[in-house]
Amino acid sequence: MLNAVGREIPEELGMPYKGEMLQPSGRAAGHLIKAARPHEKKVLSGIKEAIIKSGLKDGMTISFHHHLREGDYLVNMVLAAIDELGIRDLKLAPSSLNNCHEPVIEYIKKGVITSIETSGLRGSLAREVSGGILKKPVIIRSHGGRPRAIESGELHIDVAFIGAPCADTYGNLNGVDGPSAFGAMGYAMVDARHADCVIAITDNLKKYPIQPISIPATLVDYVVCVDSIGNPEGIMSGATRFTRSPRELLIAELASRVIINSGVFEDGFSMQMGSGGATLAVIRYLSNAMKKRNIKASYGLGGITGPYVQLLEEGLVERFLDVQCFDLRAVESLKNDRNHIEIDASYYANPFNKGCAVNNLDVVILSALEVDTDFNVNVITGSDGTIMGASGGHSDAAYGARLTIITTPLMRGRLPIVVDRVQTVITPGSSIDVVVTERGIAVNPKNKGMEERLKDAGLPICSIEELKHRAEKITGKPDPVQFGDRIVGIVEYRDGSIIDVIRNVID
Amino acid sequence: MIQDSMIYGADTILIDLEDSVSVYEKDAARYLVKYALRTLDFGKSEVAVRINGMDTPYWRHDISMIIPERPDMIRLPKAESAGDVKTLDAAISDLEAASGIKVGTTKIMVSIESARGLKNAYDIAVASRRMVAIAIGGEDFTADLGVKKTREGNELLVARGELVLAARAAGVDAIDSVFSDVNDEVGFRMETEKAKAMGFTGKSVINPRQIPIVHDVFKPTCEEIEEALKIKEAIKEAESRGSGVISLNGKMVDRPIVKRAERTLELAEMLGLIKEVAAC
Repeated sequence: MLNAVGREIPEELGMPYKGEMLQPSGRAAGHLIKAARPHEKKVLSGIKEAIIKSGLKDGMTISFHHHLREGDYLVNMVLAAIDELGIRDLKLAPSSLNNCHEPVIEYIKKGVITSIETSGLRGSLAREVSGGILKKPVIIRSHGGRPRAIESGELHIDVAFIGAPCADTYGNLNGVDGPSAFGAMGYAMVDARHADCVIAITDNLKKYPIQPISIPATLVDYVVCVDSIGNPEGIMSGATRFTRSPRELLIAELASRVIINSGVFEDGFSMQMGSGGATLAVIRYLSNAMKKRNIKASYGLGGITGPYVQLLEEGLVERFLDVQCFDLRAVESLKNDRNHIEIDASYYANPFNKGCAVNNLDVVILSALEVDTDFNVNVITGSDGTIMGASGGHSDAAYGARLTIITTPLMRGRLPIVVDRVQTVITPGSSIDVVVTERGIAVNPKNKGMEERLKDAGLPICSIEELKHRAEKITGKPDPVQFGDRIVGIVEYRDGSIIDVIRNVID
Repeated sequence: MIQDSMIYGADTILIDLEDSVSVYEKDAARYLVKYALRTLDFGKSEVAVRINGMDTPYWRHDISMIIPERPDMIRLPKAESAGDVKTLDAAISDLEAASGIKVGTTKIMVSIESARGLKNAYDIAVASRRMVAIAIGGEDFTADLGVKKTREGNELLVARGELVLAARAAGVDAIDSVFSDVNDEVGFRMETEKAKAMGFTGKSVINPRQIPIVHDVFKPTCEEIEEALKIKEAIKEAESRGSGVISLNGKMVDRPIVKRAERTLELAEMLGLIKEVAAC
């Protein structure tokens, strides 16, 4: 049947997206209750021993977290050990997957992994999944949707593998100390609370107890020490520098003027900023305006970067709620500044708890691979129809914030970005307020009054159809991608309903 | 890059066929520019095409491909004498006539890049009715002098001064040279302020990031706009009285002051500043 964003969803896949947040019922799921004996040792000799002790068997679910980003050694290291132990038919349920996880393809071919549930996939693994290498479709969830699925029992984790930059001998963990420090452990915290068995893997084993403690020993079964859990160059995202691209700077300047003139830019406002070069430039423009008007933000949310930290240090933002750090400066800040608060992914964005942090957002800036004339946004599939990105916190923050701004160039290469119909809907147009491009700004007509306010401020406002027209005048209309009949991906909205499906691409 | 050139608010977009195009790519570049002029909407920006110098075999071919596409302006590099401009003017006239364009439509601006060119600057500036601006090409000029171009730019001080004098005397715009270090915003602003103070009417940029700085430096101040608005009122008032004598606050307003006020308001209008004056 057609769901509320006009997508054909086969009924057997689950509840189609209905256009409003579903209300949950029932009780939260739990993990096995266990008891440790006094003076029992948790440190084991290696990953294989830990896997054996965990009781991992064919058909179970394993989880990972993506804080080590492109530097992650964990997934490949653990899957190699699992393969050697002859365990097969596992569900891989990490918070996200990156280019560095190419070896997963081999484990799929060998039958070690038979299904995947994640926020995103990249590189050759994403291409293989798009081509249909998995028997079951990959399930794509947002950063809020994943903790919702875990807490409700929809996604039960048998064994969670947690990469810990610092662990003590009894399993207390933090992300701020050690050679592989990545900062906040927000995504891993949810897994630690709900998995039946939790294995911490560290390259920095300390005496009990460490300080600070992000994940307590009460949740951790075993500790394994290895040479290294990640490559620091890959852990620190390269995206946290100010852009020098004049086009990105222009978009950033326009986006900051939208915020300043939107009506929400007042003392005590809250914001979420991404980590891309353009968003960092927005932060710079915005901080100048905040100083000029003597405005302070109450809290900043989301993945935290160095330039964002500067706002905290200058007192322009009172507190950070941090689920993921993007560079060392953010890690240092989390470690040393008590106003920089580590939160877990459920606290960040789970729609089915008693109040997640995105609910109090005033402004969020998000990116897009495509936006359509209904303001629906795609951040998962590329122009060729294959998976190349991640759902992330996109739909979560967009739903929560009073003002959701999409910043994107109107064209990438020879491709128009504003189109009739996005390839895949991640965030419904009903959550989007303003689309900012270098050739004009479109305001969602649902947001009454905003268009006039921004026009009065002298901003170049036009309709979303006009933006599409401006792009197509230069790029033309690309031929539609040829999809097959096989569903290779299911995109869940944050409430668990199905907002779209991804079909296999025919070469 | 061409398709994005109009989004940054440049007053004039200069599309280059000269130094940034290798000799092997001249032909491809002409076609690219020809079709860009034909298909792209450059919005409020004026479009100029920099052709190859008169000392090369390329310039005739350049204009024969470009003039039919109706660029606002041709920029001639390395102008040395009035004769250069006259030759170019005649060639453009032939092409305009052949393309059904009113003869004289296409404007010319030149850049002076040698000591000889500078000595002839006034003659060059008045050599054709198409002439609207002369610019100084700092890199080539310093090379011709045998000196190094520096951040402070003292080596170009005299040349800049002479260029402004020639432009003013001929009644054309004087455009200052580019500042090559695109990451040195402070240095760029300093040089732009200096250019404005010397009497230049504009400045060339090589990166869109430099555009807002030029506009910021050249934009009239609130006081200047207010003053210009008052003069405009005084002119209206004088006209309504049928009087040729304009007076403001009991003082007579001379012709040059009227001209400066008009220029101020034109700039303020272009930069959308008239509205802001009320808030000053």
